[in-house]
Amino acid sequence: MAVLTYREALNRAMTEEMEKDPNIFLMGEEVGHYEGAYKVSQGMLAKFGERRVIDTPISENGFAGVGIGAAMVGLRPIIEFMTWNFSLVAIDQIINSAAKMNYMSAGQFPIPIVFRGAGGAGGRLAAQHSQSFESWYAHIPGLKVLAPYTPSDAYGLLKTSIRDNNPTIFIESEVLYGSKGEVPEGEFLIPMGKSDIKREGTQLTIISWSRALMYVLPAAEKLAKEGISVEVLDLRSIRPLDEEGILASVRKTNKALIVEEGWNVAGFGAQVAYLIQKEAFDYLDSPIERITQEDVPMPYAANLEKSSLPSEEKIIKKVREMIK
Amino acid sequence: MSQPKTKKETEDLLELYRQMLLIRRFEEASAKAYSMGKIGGFCHLYIGQEAVGVGAISALEQKDYIVSTYRDHGHALARGLEPKALMAELFGKKTGIVSGNGGSMHFFDKSKNFMGGHGIVGGHISLAAGIAYASKYRGDGAVTLCFFGEGAANIGSFHEGMNLAAIWKLPLVMICENNHYAMGTPEYRALSVKDVSVRAVAYDIARDHIEGDEVRKVREHVRVAVERARRGEGPTLMEISTYRFRGHSMSDPAKYRTKEELEKYKQGDPLIKAEKDLLAAGWAQEELTKMDEIILKTVEESVDFAEKSEEPPLGWLYKHVYAENV
Ligand SMILES: Cc1ncc(C[n+]2csc(CCOP(=O)(O)OP(=O)(O)O)c2C)c(N)n1
Repeated sequence: MAVLTYREALNRAMTEEMEKDPNIFLMGEEVGHYEGAYKVSQGMLAKFGERRVIDTPISENGFAGVGIGAAMVGLRPIIEFMTWNFSLVAIDQIINSAAKMNYMSAGQFPIPIVFRGAGGAGGRLAAQHSQSFESWYAHIPGLKVLAPYTPSDAYGLLKTSIRDNNPTIFIESEVLYGSKGEVPEGEFLIPMGKSDIKREGTQLTIISWSRALMYVLPAAEKLAKEGISVEVLDLRSIRPLDEEGILASVRKTNKALIVEEGWNVAGFGAQVAYLIQKEAFDYLDSPIERITQEDVPMPYAANLEKSSLPSEEKIIKKVREMIK
Repeated sequence: MSQPKTKKETEDLLELYRQMLLIRRFEEASAKAYSMGKIGGFCHLYIGQEAVGVGAISALEQKDYIVSTYRDHGHALARGLEPKALMAELFGKKTGIVSGNGGSMHFFDKSKNFMGGHGIVGGHISLAAGIAYASKYRGDGAVTLCFFGEGAANIGSFHEGMNLAAIWKLPLVMICENNHYAMGTPEYRALSVKDVSVRAVAYDIARDHIEGDEVRKVREHVRVAVERARRGEGPTLMEISTYRFRGHSMSDPAKYRTKEELEKYKQGDPLIKAEKDLLAAGWAQEELTKMDEIILKTVEESVDFAEKSEEPPLGWLYKHVYAENV
């Protein structure tokens, strides 16, 4: 098994898919000559040329629309947002055009497009550059939303997204690009809508995804040393959602904590909590809990930033309370 | 433009006139159906602007693409979309062009490369650039024609779409149908320029400006832009000046303009112009009346068809939210 970084895994997925299908192209700011703001597209311009690895001006709304138009006539664009923060100026195209075209045209115009790029909080980037948008896009029927944590998941899910005939919101974590993990040799796909148990446990389920797992997994490890057995479920796929996987785990452990990097109000965790109380109410031994980012724009000061995000300490404290 | 001289020219004008008349009658019928509560939502009529859509679309080949706005009935009919399916769509029926999912603002027909009516002002301009982009990517030789109003020329998407089309020399023809009002806002209160096409200068692309009251003149000018695009010489921004005789939508009594103004523009009704030219070229009035009768019948049949069609089954609610992965 090869050890790859998250970034390399994404690169490998795109490269392999582009080698197979000439309809796929990569477009975005700095994806070509600069090889990606986060170097995800390293080497791709040299390999595929300017026709298929296309640098755009700073015009997210414009090139998101170009991608969608191209997808209407059968191309399969991968549109990179330098970060998801800038997708907001393209959100009209994503929601009003991409997500709805197939429906509005009664199935005449599916939009096989992947919007991908760096998301999430952290790095002292302050309010406008440090935020999670999974919940926003998950709200929209017609979109699929993915947020992988490991390099292997990133690889398998990106390939699935590229082959999917629907618009996919593929949110990478900018603090994970350099993280390493084993990626099996040879090609494999990971289906959407399948969560993954990243750690088995018996007393409580933590449901999380993407970078928040960076806090969850070490917390679970420490809790195990105290004799508390936590199961960690990585959703990977926000929409479609692995309802069965969530319910099976909670029915086993009888307690659920949801940890997400996004905000609390109308956050995706609320949807997961609703699902659990509706379908597994009788199995619950305590109220469902959530840990989210604090309800503030991201502060710049290092201590404030840290205190606004989920953390190992917060998770450990909460789990101890819930286990009592 | 001069009157048609040869028989061929006259027959050609007759066909364009027929298309314009079909739009006019179709929309009169939809206005009626709307007032009777048969059509829901918004309903933006194209009456008065027919020469633009018909003239421009007649300059295209079948392989070319058309991207339209929420005011899409005229463009759809000019492209030859089935009046029955369009009327049924307005009525929200299963037999509609998008089986009742779209209504007035969202006509789509893949088989005719009719790439949709789009409801967000200007949002479709970058989609059009994307379709043109795909043509360039594949080298299929197709041109994309994008219609929009002068109101859309102030939105970011217009500028981004133009810049991208310009730097990549996309086979795109952008037609601003300037009917002088964006809803109730007259152009002089919203546009920094008198003629939208001058904005082409800022993007270093070709431009053109004409009056849109003569259908053959429109086609002639659009053809130049289409050929330029097909030769790989990039996009053109055109302004075609026109006027809508009705309100912005069916719910708009259009009190922001005077009766005199409306009357003045009605003198330039593109249908009357074409009719006059046909009569002057020796066409008999009875022939034209007969044509009108046939069109009225077609339209009546489409209303009847829409009326009698079933509503989409409730089981279709979730159909097409996602495309199948095959
Ligand atoms: C982004 C956006 N803002 C506002 C509206 C509401 N709206 C619909 S049509 C319209 C006027 C547009 O005028 P114009 O582009 O000149 O086209 P016309 O209606 O004259 O054909 C407005 C304001 C909208 N649909 N989309």
